[in-house]
Amino acid sequence: MEHIRTTKVEQVKLLDRFSTSNKSLTGTLYLTATHLLFIDSHQKETWILHHHIALVEKLALTTSGCQCIRSDPVIQCKNFRTVHFIVPRERDCHDIYNSLLQLSKQAKYEDLYAFSYNPKQNDSERLRGWQLVALAEEYKRMGVPNSNWQLSDANRDYKICETYPRELYVPRIASKPIIVGSSKFRSKGRFPVLSYYHQNKEAAICRCSQPLSGFSARCLEDEHLLQAISKANPANRYMYVMDTRPRHRMQSWWATQKDIGRIIVRISSKIWNDEKIRESDGKKRLNAMANRAAGKGYENEDNYSNIRFQFVGIENIHVMRSSLQKLLEVNGTKGLSVSDFYSGLENAGWLRHIKAVMDAAIFLAKAIMVENASVLVHCSDGWDRTSQVCSLGSLLLDPYYRTIRGFMVLIEKDWISFGHKYSERCGHLDGDPKEVSPVFTQFLECVWHLTEQFPQGFEFNEAFLLQIHEHIHSCQFGNFIGNCQKEREELKLKEKTYSLWPFLLDDQEKYFNPLYSSTSQKLAALEPNTVSFNFKFWRNMYHQFDGTLHPRQSVFNIIMNMNEQNKQLQKDVKDLESQIKQHKNKQTDGVLTKELLNSVRPESPALKTSLCLKEQTLLPVNDALRTIEGSNPADNRYSEYADEFSKAEPAVVSSEYGVARMTC
Amino acid sequence: MEFSELIRTGQAQAELLRGPEMPPLRGTLCVTGHHLLLSPGPQATPDLWLLLLRSVDSIEKRVAGDAGTITLRCKDLRVLQLDIEGVEATLDIARSIEALSSLESVITSFPFFYRPKGLRLGEAWHFHPPERYYKRIARETRAWRLSEANEDFSLCPSYPRAVIVPRAVDDDALARSARFRQGGRFPVLSYYHAPRGTVLLRSSQPLTGRQKLRCAEDEELLRAVLAEARPGARGFIVDTRSAQAAKQARMTGGGTEAKAAYPGWKRLHRPLERGRPLQESFVRLMEACGDPEQSMDRWLSRLDGCRWLSHVKEALSTACLAAQGMEWEGACILVHGAEGTDSTLLVTSLAQLILDPLSRTMAGFQELIEREWIQAGHPFQLRCAHSAFSHTRPKHEAPIFLLFLDCVWQLGRQFPLSLEFGEGMLLALFDHSYASPFGTFLCNSEKERCLCEVRTRTHSLWSGLNQPKEQRKLRNPLYVPNPLAIWPSVEPQSLRLWQGLFLRWTHPPEPSEVAWEKVWQIATDQKTEGSQPTDSASEPQP
Repeated sequence: MEHIRTTKVEQVKLLDRFSTSNKSLTGTLYLTATHLLFIDSHQKETWILHHHIALVEKLALTTSGCQCIRSDPVIQCKNFRTVHFIVPRERDCHDIYNSLLQLSKQAKYEDLYAFSYNPKQNDSERLRGWQLVALAEEYKRMGVPNSNWQLSDANRDYKICETYPRELYVPRIASKPIIVGSSKFRSKGRFPVLSYYHQNKEAAICRCSQPLSGFSARCLEDEHLLQAISKANPANRYMYVMDTRPRHRMQSWWATQKDIGRIIVRISSKIWNDEKIRESDGKKRLNAMANRAAGKGYENEDNYSNIRFQFVGIENIHVMRSSLQKLLEVNGTKGLSVSDFYSGLENAGWLRHIKAVMDAAIFLAKAIMVENASVLVHCSDGWDRTSQVCSLGSLLLDPYYRTIRGFMVLIEKDWISFGHKYSERCGHLDGDPKEVSPVFTQFLECVWHLTEQFPQGFEFNEAFLLQIHEHIHSCQFGNFIGNCQKEREELKLKEKTYSLWPFLLDDQEKYFNPLYSSTSQKLAALEPNTVSFNFKFWRNMYHQFDGTLHPRQSVFNIIMNMNEQNKQLQKDVKDLESQIKQHKNKQTDGVLTKELLNSVRPESPALKTSLCLKEQTLLPVNDALRTIEGSNPADNRYSEYADEFSKAEPAVVSSEYGVARMTC
Repeated sequence: MEFSELIRTGQAQAELLRGPEMPPLRGTLCVTGHHLLLSPGPQATPDLWLLLLRSVDSIEKRVAGDAGTITLRCKDLRVLQLDIEGVEATLDIARSIEALSSLESVITSFPFFYRPKGLRLGEAWHFHPPERYYKRIARETRAWRLSEANEDFSLCPSYPRAVIVPRAVDDDALARSARFRQGGRFPVLSYYHAPRGTVLLRSSQPLTGRQKLRCAEDEELLRAVLAEARPGARGFIVDTRSAQAAKQARMTGGGTEAKAAYPGWKRLHRPLERGRPLQESFVRLMEACGDPEQSMDRWLSRLDGCRWLSHVKEALSTACLAAQGMEWEGACILVHGAEGTDSTLLVTSLAQLILDPLSRTMAGFQELIEREWIQAGHPFQLRCAHSAFSHTRPKHEAPIFLLFLDCVWQLGRQFPLSLEFGEGMLLALFDHSYASPFGTFLCNSEKERCLCEVRTRTHSLWSGLNQPKEQRKLRNPLYVPNPLAIWPSVEPQSLRLWQGLFLRWTHPPEPSEVAWEKVWQIATDQKTEGSQPTDSASEPQP
C-alpha cells in the first residue's frame, strides 16, 4: 500500500488513558493494509481497524528524558476507543501519523475493508448469507399485502424515489398517479409508505419526508394519499402526522433562510392578501411566515381532514453530533470528579436527546395500541429521526423485533432499506464532516435503555448491540456501506462483500439474554417509563475499551453458565431415567430395581461436579464483557498513593483531581 | 407513661393511598401505642395494614369540607396518603401520630414489646459477639490481647466491654491513652489482615490542644503496634478531616498526631463529609428523587448539586486507600476523624469488605456491622432519629450508615458474585436502622444498651433476618466465594445512583423484580438439580 510509510516500529509505549500511574505497555507497533496492530511484551495483541479511526491527533508532550517538544499520536476511534502511543523516534512518529491520516480516510468505496475481507466462504454461502434477512418475508409476517395494503411497483426502477427501496407498500386505494403526484410534493420524492403494519389493530406506521409546500401550495395527490392511509385503517377514522422536529428549530430555520426570493415564491396567497402583513416590511412578513410554518407544521392542517398533527422535538443531526462530542470530551477527562461528570452530562444534553427520541417512539406506540390510529412519521428528509422513531415504535409494539433475528430484520427494514445514509453518517469515506452524526448510535442506546428497563423483554444482550455498533463503522461487511439501496446495488455489494448477519447468528450464544422470557404476555407491547431517573450513562458503550471502569464480574456470564449446566443436568436426568427403564425391561423383579436405584444415588454428586468443571471450560469467560476478577488496584485512581507510600516527601498537601495527596 | 394519654381518638374511616402502583385500601383506621392500623371491612381482603409509628418522619395534615388528608413521609422514604372522614378525626389522628412518633424514651419503644412467634428472647444476641473475633486474633497473632479494662465502661463509654490492644501495653497505659483521646476512644484493633500480617486500627482524635500536648502511653501504644507487626514496619494515620480542619481542631482541644511524637507513622488527610452537610446532601437528593416530572437537565443538575455520589466516591476511595496500604505496602493503618464514631467506622468497615472475604459472607457481614458499627459505638439513635423528610432542624442526624450501605451496594454492583448478601439485605438494614421492631439498632452505645437491658428485653435483628423465610429476599443467588481482595473502580462513570433505595417507592420496580425472581430460579435449579435424578427416577416404579 502506497500510504504506508513504515510497517513496524519497536519500543512503542501504549498509555492507558485512565491509568493514573502513567504506567504503560511497551511493545511493537505494526501497520498493515487494514489494521493497526500493537503487540505488547506479554504478547497481547491490540487490533485497531483503520476504518474505526475517527481522529488522529498529534499531542505535544514534553518527555522527561530529553526535554524536547515532540508529538505522539493519539487515536480516537469511532467505537469510543482512545489510544495514546509514545513513539521513541520523531521520524517514526511522523510516519505513523501521516500513514494513519491517509489510511483512516478512504476516498473510494472500493478501498473499504469489506471489498478485500475474505472469510473463506464460497459464492453460494455468501448468497445465502445475504438472503438470511428477506424483507418480502417480513412484510408477509406483518400481514401485508392484504385487502387494504398492496405492494406498489411504482418505484421498481428507482424512478420515483432514488433513496427508497424498490418494493414499497401503499394503501390499496392509492393509485399510481396519486403516488407520483405525492412524491413530487415531498422532499427527495420520499412519499408516504408503509413501515410497519399492526395486524391486530389494523393500524399502520407510515413514513415520508417533509412536504415542499412552504405555506400554501396544496397537493391534492398528497392529501389523497394521506386520506387513503387513514381509510386503510377500518378501526379509526383519524390518523396522526408526527413531525419529529422541534418547533423552535423550524422557526429559526425559517428565520435564517437567506434566500428570501425563493421563499417569497412560496408565500401563500392567503398570507399575501393579509392586509397587516402586506403593510409591514419584508422582515416582519418573513417572521409571520415563520410562525405560521412553525405553528401549523408543514402540512397545512386545513387541507387535511381527519388528521391530528403532533410535534415531538428531536434535534437535528448537527445538534446530535456536537452533543456526542461534548459527552466524549467530558468522559475523556482524566481524574474527573463526580460533580464535573454530572454537570458535563447535563451540558452535553445527550441523555435529553435520548429521552426525546424515546418519548416520540412511545407516543407512536400509544397512538396505535390505545387509539388504534395509524401514524405517519416524518422529519426533514425522513431518513434520520424518522428511522429512529419508526424502528423504536415497532420495537415497542412487536416482540418479534426484540429477538436476535427480528432485530436484524428491523435494522434491515427501517434503516438500511429506507435509506439511512450510513456511509455519510458514519463517515466511511473522506467526505463532508457535517454529514457525520451518531443517529444510529442513539437508536442503539435507546434499545439499551429498554433492555435495562425490561431485563426479560429482549432475546439479545448488550454485547449484541455493541457488536452491531462496532460493525456500522468497521466496513468489514457490506450491510452498512453506501447510503441507499440503489447505491448498494450499483456497488454490487452482494457479489463483492459479505453480510454481517450470518456471522452474528453463528455467534449467537454470545448474544443471548439468559433472562429472556418469550412467552410473557406482559411483555407483548412494552410501555417504558421515561422519567428522567431512568436514563443512565451507558458506560459499556462509551467506555467499552476502558477496562478499569468496568464491573469486575459479569452477572450475564454466570447465569449463562448456570443455564448451560442446568440443561446438561436435565439431559443427564433423562439419560439415567432411560437407563433405568432399560434395566427394568431386562429384570422384571422389582427388588432389583430398588438396588439399582440405590446404586445410582451415590453416583450423582460426583457426576455433577465433574460436569460443572467441564461446562465451565466449555464456556470461557466472555472477553467482550471483560471480567476482571480481583482487579488490580494499580488500575484505579486511588493507586496514585502507591507511589506516594514509598516516597519520603516533605509535608505537602496538594490537591489534585479533587483528592488530597498524603502528607508525611 | 400511658400511651392512651397521647391517643386522642380510637378510630376513623379512612382510605390509604400507597403510591401509583398499589391499589388504595379502605377501612377503619386505628392508632395504638406503637402502630397505625388499617383494617379493611369484613368483605374486603382480610390483611391488616400496619405501620410502625416510629418510622413516621414527618406528617402533614389538610382539611377540606368534612374530610381531611394526612400525608405521612416515612423514614424508609415511603410517602403515604390517608384520606380520613371527619375533620375532628383527622386532626385528632394527626396529633396522636405526631406525639407517638416522636417519643424519645427507649424503654417504651416497640422493641420492648415485640414478641414474635418462633423466636426466643435473647437467643440471637450471641450470634456475633466481637469477643469471639478478638479472641481469635489474639490467639493467632500472640501480639494482641483481649483487655477487660473497659469492663465497667469507665475508660470509654462508647466502647464495648472487651477491646483488643497490643499485648505489650498494660491496662494502666490504656487508661492514660484513653484520657488523651476524645471520648476516651484510644486506638484499638479493628481488623487483622492475616495475609500480610498488618492491622487496621481506629480511635478518636488526640487531645493535643493548643499547647500541643503529648501522651507517652499513647505514643507507646502506636509504637508497640508497629514493633509487633514486623520489624521496620511502617504505619499510616488516615485522618478523615482536611489538614486545615485538623489544625483548627486544636483550638477546641482536639488535634492530630504530631509527626515527631510518633516515629514510623505518617499522616494522610482525606476529608470526608459528615454531620449536617451529609444530612443536607441526603435531604436534597430525596427532594430531587421526589419529582418524576422534572426535565432531564433539571434532574442531572440536582443530582450533581446534592453531591451524594461525590460522598460515595470519597468514602470508597478512602477505604481503598486504607486497604491498599495494608495489602500492598504492608503497612499498619490507624483511622480517625474527630470523634471516631462516624466516618472512621465507615472507612474501617469498608476496608474490611474490600480485603476480607469472610466479611463478604452473610454471617460475616452481620458480624462486621455488629462489631464495627453497633459495638464500636456509632450513635444510631442520634444519627437515625430522622431521615430525609423531617421538618425539624437536624441536630445530630447524619446518614453515615446509609452512606456505608450505599458504598457496599456499589461494591456489590461491581462485584455481583462476591457478596453473599443481596440488595434486599442492605435495604433491610437501612429500614431497621431508622425504625425497627428489633432492638439491635437501639441506643448510642453498648453502655446505654446495658442500662436499658436491650439484650434481655428485646429481640435481635439478626435472629429476625436469619429465619429461613427471609433468605430469598436477602441473599445473592449468584454468590461464589472469592478469596481475593475486591478493588472497585471509583471513577464517576462507574458509580451509579442506588435506585433500589432512593427511588424504591416512586418507581415501579416490577420488571426487574420478575427478572430477579428468574435469576433465583436459575440459580436454585442448579443447586437442586444434582439430587433430582433419584427423585424423578423413583416415580415410574410399579
